[in-house]
Amino acid sequence: MTDPIQPPPRKDPQKRTRIPVRPPVERSRTGTQLSAFAAEGRFALQRCAACGQLQYPAREACARCLSMSLDWQDVDPVGDVIATTTVRTSTVVYFRERTPWRIGTVSLDAGPSIMCHLHGDCGPGDRVRLINRLDKAGHAALLALPLKDTAHMEDDELLRELTCDPKYRRVLITNGRSELGQALAKALSDAGASIVFVGEAESWRPYPGQEALRAIPKVEVLPMDVTDTDSLTELSGEIGGKVDILINNARYVRPGGIMDRHDVNFARDEMDVNYLGLMRLAQTFGPAMRARGADGVNSATAWVNLLSVYALSNLPQFGTFAASNAAALSLSQCLRAEMRSGGVRVLNVFSGPTEDAWHQPLPPPKVAPAALARAVVSALKDGLEEAYVGDVAKDLIDRWRASPKVLEREMTEPDGGA
Amino acid sequence: MSADADAALAGLVAGLAGGGIRVVDLTHTLDPDFPVIILPPEFGQCARFRMEEISAYDERGPAWKWHNISCCEHTGTHFDAPIHWVSGRDLPNNAVDTIPVDRLIAPACVIDCSAGAAENDDYELSVDDIEAFEQQHGTIAPNHWVLMRTDWSKRRGAAYLNMREYGAHSPGPNPEAVKLLVERDVLGFGTETVGTDAGQGFHFTPPNPAHYYFHGAGKYGLQCLSNLDQLPPTGAVIVAPPLKIKQGTGSPLRVLAMVPGGH
Amino acid sequence: MTKTNRMAYDGVVAVCPTTVPYVRYSKESAHWWIARALGDALGAAGLASRDLDGFSVSSFTLAPDTAVGLVQHLGLTPRWLDHIPMGGASGVVALRRAARAVQCGDADVIACVAGDANHVDSFRRMLSSFSRFAQDASYPYGSGGPNACFALLTDHYMRRYGAERADFGRICVAQRNNALAFPHAIMKKPLTLDEYLAARPISDPIALFDCVMPVAGAEAFLVMREADARAAGLPAVHVLSTIERHNAFPDDPIQMRGGWAMDVDELYAMAGVKPAQIDFVETYDDYPVICMMQFEDLGFCAKGEAASFVRSHTLEADSTFAHNTSGGQLSVGQAGAAGGYLGLVEGLRQLTGQALGIQVPNAATGLVSGFGMINFDRGLCSGAAILATARSASLSVDSAPA
Repeated sequence: MTDPIQPPPRKDPQKRTRIPVRPPVERSRTGTQLSAFAAEGRFALQRCAACGQLQYPAREACARCLSMSLDWQDVDPVGDVIATTTVRTSTVVYFRERTPWRIGTVSLDAGPSIMCHLHGDCGPGDRVRLINRLDKAGHAALLALPLKDTAHMEDDELLRELTCDPKYRRVLITNGRSELGQALAKALSDAGASIVFVGEAESWRPYPGQEALRAIPKVEVLPMDVTDTDSLTELSGEIGGKVDILINNARYVRPGGIMDRHDVNFARDEMDVNYLGLMRLAQTFGPAMRARGADGVNSATAWVNLLSVYALSNLPQFGTFAASNAAALSLSQCLRAEMRSGGVRVLNVFSGPTEDAWHQPLPPPKVAPAALARAVVSALKDGLEEAYVGDVAKDLIDRWRASPKVLEREMTEPDGGA
Repeated sequence: MSADADAALAGLVAGLAGGGIRVVDLTHTLDPDFPVIILPPEFGQCARFRMEEISAYDERGPAWKWHNISCCEHTGTHFDAPIHWVSGRDLPNNAVDTIPVDRLIAPACVIDCSAGAAENDDYELSVDDIEAFEQQHGTIAPNHWVLMRTDWSKRRGAAYLNMREYGAHSPGPNPEAVKLLVERDVLGFGTETVGTDAGQGFHFTPPNPAHYYFHGAGKYGLQCLSNLDQLPPTGAVIVAPPLKIKQGTGSPLRVLAMVPGGH
Repeated sequence: MTKTNRMAYDGVVAVCPTTVPYVRYSKESAHWWIARALGDALGAAGLASRDLDGFSVSSFTLAPDTAVGLVQHLGLTPRWLDHIPMGGASGVVALRRAARAVQCGDADVIACVAGDANHVDSFRRMLSSFSRFAQDASYPYGSGGPNACFALLTDHYMRRYGAERADFGRICVAQRNNALAFPHAIMKKPLTLDEYLAARPISDPIALFDCVMPVAGAEAFLVMREADARAAGLPAVHVLSTIERHNAFPDDPIQMRGGWAMDVDELYAMAGVKPAQIDFVETYDDYPVICMMQFEDLGFCAKGEAASFVRSHTLEADSTFAHNTSGGQLSVGQAGAAGGYLGLVEGLRQLTGQALGIQVPNAATGLVSGFGMINFDRGLCSGAAILATARSASLSVDSAPA
């Protein structure tokens, strides 16, 4: 079992906040594929299409038959720990600050031996399962977990370093007006967040759930409007130093494409909230989060964007909304680059149509706010960078990966290719 | 005539310079968090006032500070031109840039409905109220602003729009009252609420009678006024020039009242 | 004994073993260290740089140069040039290549040189860009160099074969004793087994005295025709046999043996000697577990029995199993690629009676082994050579059964 972590004490105001440093960043391009899988929490290995050999580390040719036809395959991550060591000194500052640090060699049932991090509950000779997660450099890191869950295993320091568990962290949810915002507040509160700040725009305009939101334990409702730079500047001045996880669920959505309307007002509002809102948030809350990436148990750890999966390929019935999400998706990549040095993860959670007034005439399946909120919490606990929630989003990303152009062709038919 | 005008202006200047004319600011601060009218969400919406810093004596502009601002023509304390409403769409000089400028400074009658509004959020300015006012202060003369005092401007936050299940609840004129004022040939109608019509004005026949009749008759509107409690029932002069926006339907503006009193 | 078709290294000798004394840190570049070693070796042979027509270089810190840049830098005009990036196997590999080149007439005199700079922080820089697999799959795990990789091998070896830390300690203590007599050793204090066992842990089960100290330094020797060496009056060493192997046993889940195990029979067959006839052994000793694997894989004991082997031998230079007679890298320091030359150069000194420390009595035949390049999880390059003093070489060859 793992010793449960304790709520972090108040910060000593005389101590300098630890500056985030990163584990090694350099990877080969092929090796980076493993990082791409880690972004989705998948454990996959390179496989030779000709002879079936699984290999690790990634190569440019099969080490058994020299075939160049290599693909990646999700692999049963089970194996045996055949050697362990506790690293007590390192030339890498990141590891020096975190020693002692346990690593081991795991001989996978599937074949290859892998050098990996060890969860505290894994020892020599143990059967283990490997997970593929992103480290603070945003690259793949393999971690051996006990085959069966152990008590408080999520509190393992190493595991926590590779994930963004909300436990004892302080969360800011940018929009409490929506049902999703309220579901998120509940989910994060349930997940053990120590404070759930919830932004409320236009408090002069009441909304359903306003009182219930305030009744959720740990919730503090604060005025905030992602289209109002001043409100963000003011709020970040107040709480910016204690936002460990920011969840941007502010969203402006109107149905329609280009020629359904003859003005750009909704499109502008969509850009103002969905794209510029993200940018304003990043400009006001980003710097402090980036600087607090290594600030102890409740270090800043994740920035979550809730995006429409149609950011990937335009859904003409919601054409301008999709376009604003495409802009936000692109900006999230820029944010990811800027957050890298702090080790703060940028998690994009994609969903298809949600259960709300704007998607009312669309056929099911649609994603319920509570389900989306649960998915956000689980993606944080898994430390993901990409999560696709609901059947529509999963289907769309599959099709997008197969061929963006074929998908586009499908999407441009009246039924959206559904 | 010229001498009279000179004297009048000199008197005005002297009055303003401590000679008994007080200037009252009837304007709310343009604040990003100031409420705007809320329409059903599928309709186009009134943009909130927004301000983005361009520079503030920094690397974006070392010695100066300035902002880009954006809003709707009908954000904050604002002026409505006849072109704002379908009933006034074809009138001559119906936009803010073509309204004759001599109509932008005019006397005002202030009808105090504050007691009624305190009792009833949906208080209606009625023909009776107007007649009661006229009994006391004389018939409302042509080309006067008629300002409906409700003290609504003292409300803050959610109490201002006062949104409830069936939308906003705030006072305004009923159709008969509007028609009577149009008969009086007023210059325009001003309120302390977010619109010249009542919060539930949509449910009158015609819907939103103040907008419909006043603008149809070439009259103007002023909304989101404040400090009407500092104006006398008659005798105030209102300075209310909107921005000269090409074919603009309205404009945020600074509304000033000159009233007797002061030093 | 295994048959071998390989041609003997007849008529070729290695001469002029040269060490440029090591220092912990130095502001000098690899070019400086290599130039000095080359100059010293040529000086010992009474040669000028224009007499040199072959040049072999090993170094980790020459960047952005290679051996090519170095020839212009040093004013050499060789007709034979080699750059051997094999770390701990560089010495043996340089020797066997140079020997063939001289034997075949491609070159007359070849200088084999290895040297590396050690600036503050240069070790970290070298580690961070050591290899693609290290970059992708070991460096990101905090191993920060070979310590953790060898810790894993050691942990596995101990578990599998019942070796104990004290067994590794015996190797380290014996080498320190050898080093106390060796003037160039960086470590000058005696080491007891208790001190070894109580040392600061580095990466369990590896502790401080299991690790080599990165230093700056250089090693060199010359390869030439035996006749030329004799004419110049240079004490010389014959090459009886060599082996070289890379990426042996790739399917072993973790390293338990090196490439020697594939080629050991040929090593002895070609030399015509048996392990018992070897007077001293210079293993590659970046961690003592690798010495143990070499004892096993080179035929001094069976697989898994190195622990009992070291318990029954004193391992010092003047003992029944003379091992790492100058103190090895564990006590002398590891000057980058020169670490791959250290045992070979020491072996040449022992066989020519020029030991700077303890002289192995009557040393006539020695085995030098190399091991290099933890590309990812294991050392990939291995090599070994059996050497003999030139005066006894012909005897040895003649007396060997055909």
